[in-house]
Amino acid sequence: MAISPARDVVVSVDEAPSHRWWAGIRDFIRQRPLGAVGAAVVAIMVVVAIFAGVLAPYDPVAVDFAGMLSKPSAQHWLGTDAFGRDVLSRLIYGSRTALFVGFGAALVGSMLGSVLGVGSAYFGGRLDLYLQRLMDIFLSFPLIILALAIVAILGNAIHNVIMAITVPMIPRCALVIRSSALSIREMPYVDAARAAGFGHARIILRHMLPNVMAPFLILMTSFLGQAILLESSLSFLGLGVQEPTAAWGLMLRGAAVEFAEAAPWMAIFPGLAISLAVFAFNLFGDSLRDALDPKLRSL
Amino acid sequence: MRKYLIKRFFLMFPTLLGVAMLIFFLIRIVPGDVVELRLAGDSNSVSEQTLAEERAKFGLDRPVWEQFITWLWGALRFDFGKSMWTGAPIYEEIKLRFALSLQLAIMATIVAVLLAIPLGIISAIKQDTWIDYTVRIISIAGLATPSFWLGIVFILLMLIIFKWLPPMVYTPFWVNPWQNLLQLIWPALAVGYRYSAVATRMTRSAMLEVLREDYIRTARAKGLVEKLILSRHALKNAMLPVVTVIALEFAFLLGGLVVTEQVFNLNGLGLLFVQAVAHRDYTLVQALVMIVAGFFIVVNFAMDLVYAWLDPRIRFR
Repeated sequence: MAISPARDVVVSVDEAPSHRWWAGIRDFIRQRPLGAVGAAVVAIMVVVAIFAGVLAPYDPVAVDFAGMLSKPSAQHWLGTDAFGRDVLSRLIYGSRTALFVGFGAALVGSMLGSVLGVGSAYFGGRLDLYLQRLMDIFLSFPLIILALAIVAILGNAIHNVIMAITVPMIPRCALVIRSSALSIREMPYVDAARAAGFGHARIILRHMLPNVMAPFLILMTSFLGQAILLESSLSFLGLGVQEPTAAWGLMLRGAAVEFAEAAPWMAIFPGLAISLAVFAFNLFGDSLRDALDPKLRSL
Repeated sequence: MRKYLIKRFFLMFPTLLGVAMLIFFLIRIVPGDVVELRLAGDSNSVSEQTLAEERAKFGLDRPVWEQFITWLWGALRFDFGKSMWTGAPIYEEIKLRFALSLQLAIMATIVAVLLAIPLGIISAIKQDTWIDYTVRIISIAGLATPSFWLGIVFILLMLIIFKWLPPMVYTPFWVNPWQNLLQLIWPALAVGYRYSAVATRMTRSAMLEVLREDYIRTARAKGLVEKLILSRHALKNAMLPVVTVIALEFAFLLGGLVVTEQVFNLNGLGLLFVQAVAHRDYTLVQALVMIVAGFFIVVNFAMDLVYAWLDPRIRFR
């Protein structure tokens, strides 16, 4: 399982002068317009999340019982919810929650998974065998069931929700990274590093990890979308982020379903936001995968 | 190959044991226990003694490893004990909901297969045309749309357009098939769309890979009709990864319906699981997880067998 394209990418990211960076981005846009659209949407979301305080017309948690369930209008572009809170403002602030949980879970999950995967491949033998069995056990749980159990144990503060989403991702990442790392272990430069007397930690961190960068990036982008989806599912079940925090999944819970007929805007827009965000991440991730390593198609 | 399969067969057992241990101890770390929660509703003050007595009834006062051994011994004989919340046998609790979840899972699979295979094939044949782009966008959107939200949208559309809602009380298929299908088709579509997205992508990439093989070029060179090349030569070889993905997704569907069942107010295994966790109903949570994980592990192994059976290159290795 050779991953030769990986090396080119690492080089162009690490050492190329800045103008080659731009050339790379320009090529990406030209060759993969869909991916570029995805990246643009993600970039807009990040900007919206950062400047939520400036962009949101209202306080996302300000209750206004006089203006309950009002239709989309000039004052409230996307209407208000059952507490009279402005839906648009809650959507804008909700992007913070989504991105925070998404990036948090995807980064931690794919980094821990990569270290485990590379370590497992590098040491091999008994450690590899035991780690693989452990991963098998975690992989036998459906994502949401494992996350549910962890939230139940830790409670549903936002960092616990991130943790609950991270745990099921680790073995999924370790599995893929391990198979890439197995072929890297046989490379002459790893032998050379060993011969030069470098320690295990140095070989793993400096020599092997950079070379699984391609699958790592691909996995991370695909985890980003999944994490946002999982967070919204947990919040929808009432087991994720709690009221009054603005979170998209939470906005779909309870009143949004009860009043679906009278106030459809409450149910429509948060779902659109979730779909658009995950769609953008997936679009970008897909193109990234095609560009970096078409072999990892099954993710 | 036989050696590999035998090894895989015997590896199923430590994995199952691991799953059993993991869920047994995980659920016991959750703060609060079933006895406290159940008695909390009865009266405002419950004496420590009553709590202790109730716990003793479920064997919760014994050392944890002893509880584990007792439970495991039962589980090995498919005796999962009684629900700690309702007191009914686990078998009864699950039997009620299993039919519903299984039917929903099967219907979603049918939806997924009917959508995914034609779409995936046409997308691969017409690679990089507008048809391909459309199919890819549809399938990426399928991965992005939360199925519970899709469910809400379906309900909303029916309310607004038809002024009609699917019946909310579950009717078993053998009582009134039409009523039953009317009710379950919507959740099946909502779940099936996401499911089909996974399968479409797999079909497309497997077809693309196969279409580049030498034997396809040979078939073309000898002047075989394109239709036959696709159906006889390409599709047969591309189906293996597709079937795998469909089977594995199916195994997870039983547990993955958690959120969709909530939207459609369906009393299936997913809803049961959420309630069981909320009630700290240890025995029920354990049984449900063992069923879902066990099913997944067995399907995984079965897929290995199918691979070996279908692909002589693997069989003779």
